[in-house]
Amino acid sequence: MSEINISVNVDSYLAKNKYEVDEGNPHIVLVEDPDDAEFDKLIRVCPAALYKRRDNNTKFFDYSGCLECGTCRILCGDTIIKKWENPGPNMGVEFRFG
Amino acid sequence: MDFDFDAIVVGAGCAGSVAAYELANANKSVLLIERGENAGSKNMTGGRIYSHSLKKVFPNFEKEAPLERRITHERISLMASDSNFSIDFTSDAMREEGKDSYSVLRGPFDQWLASKAEDAGAECLFGIPVESLVKDESGRIIGVRAGEDEITAHVVILCDGVNSLLTEEAVGYKKPPASQIAVGIKQTFMLPSQVITDRILAASDEEGAAWMIAGDATKGKFGGGFMYTNKESISLGIVAGIEGVAKSEYPIYQMMEDLKNHPSIAPLVKDAEIVEHSGHMVPEGGINIMPRLVGDGVMLAGESAMMCINFGYAVRGMDYAIAAGQAAGLAASAAIDAEDTSQTGLEKYVTLLEESFVLKDMREFSKAPAFMEGFDRMFGEYPEMVRDIMNEMFIVDGSPAKHVKAMAIPAVKKVGLLNILKDVKGAMKAL
Repeated sequence: MSEINISVNVDSYLAKNKYEVDEGNPHIVLVEDPDDAEFDKLIRVCPAALYKRRDNNTKFFDYSGCLECGTCRILCGDTIIKKWENPGPNMGVEFRFG
Repeated sequence: MDFDFDAIVVGAGCAGSVAAYELANANKSVLLIERGENAGSKNMTGGRIYSHSLKKVFPNFEKEAPLERRITHERISLMASDSNFSIDFTSDAMREEGKDSYSVLRGPFDQWLASKAEDAGAECLFGIPVESLVKDESGRIIGVRAGEDEITAHVVILCDGVNSLLTEEAVGYKKPPASQIAVGIKQTFMLPSQVITDRILAASDEEGAAWMIAGDATKGKFGGGFMYTNKESISLGIVAGIEGVAKSEYPIYQMMEDLKNHPSIAPLVKDAEIVEHSGHMVPEGGINIMPRLVGDGVMLAGESAMMCINFGYAVRGMDYAIAAGQAAGLAASAAIDAEDTSQTGLEKYVTLLEESFVLKDMREFSKAPAFMEGFDRMFGEYPEMVRDIMNEMFIVDGSPAKHVKAMAIPAVKKVGLLNILKDVKGAMKAL
């Protein structure tokens, strides 16, 4: 993987947001064994930092902090994003300020 | 065939609520359907709204809309990692009714706008995502599908934003190319009203600033930082082309973190509490990536139609969305009266937009996206050139004083005079 500089912990910011997580029903699904280069693009562009590499370099994605911007769909909708739907009724992020 | 409504509007943002308001005012039965639990709860802006088009719909909006501050300071910066050069412009003309602009937060603002549609008689349905469109045998759009329900209408107006999942079914527009889309990230910082006023040097708690920052904000990539003062909060963030970010050493959230810790920004948000972290896409491609605006039984308005222009020194979208929503509402209602909501019957909407600033601006600035995208020096070399010149001017250490020309020439030579002339010429042509 090419160099990515990350010192910030975005999860602590996401904790400030209001969410109604649709447990067990992800609105974004990746293909099995996503391509490394494509995945690393999403590490960089996702404003919620949902695409991560863990210590042993394994790829990790969690939809629950999604800001529903759609950037991953536009960039990788034809490659490693298998499904991108809006969360179900009253689910997902609720911006109070926006 | 009997339809449930005259019109269905998908999405209660700037375009959608105004379209529904106009239809309801024309005594049409209209359903405004929004996937957020409230209007605005899926929306995000930098952001500031220019008042002119809103005033055409609501002449007294200043008295009733939840506006944050009137923008009376325009600040533009060229930022290097170790410097920042700013211009701060203010003028009395910024306070002129109808020519002014206001910072807004889409949560409260969109709820107000949707309430105007509801008060005018539109039926509102919140918390329901439209999953697909209903078509008749001929392929004409006749309604929307949400869960088990099908709701039908003479015309469906898609105002469901830049990430619309419905434009493909409606007009065959799958999604915009990644090269023409930017990603926006924003944090909202709470601060006492008076502290914000003082930090930005505003005249009162009713006035505030807009700030665009080119250069190190995006680590040299196409895009920029932005800041808007609200009543009791500051919106600070970054918008950057997604293809550039995808190749950057710095993820978008790290750019955000470094921007707010930059010595020229940090004092502004010092001791402030972060209350929200948001993200949204910005369509940068303008008319070059605009989908077809009408089809049989369907119209597109606002960001679902990519109605946004990045002028470099300002980004506009909401004023276009409001004008387009109004035109869509008026044209749809005329088409319903004429009992022809086919593509031909709805074509009047496009005519209205062609006659208004919406499509005139889009056409006039069709070359802006390509220019901005290739304007790499603005995000890297120019902020550093300006830093070097300014350091020469303002750092005094007792070594022999130089004339201004001698101070500027080495920094200019580093970038190349021809490159600068080329960029000036390009900017004049595109912007």
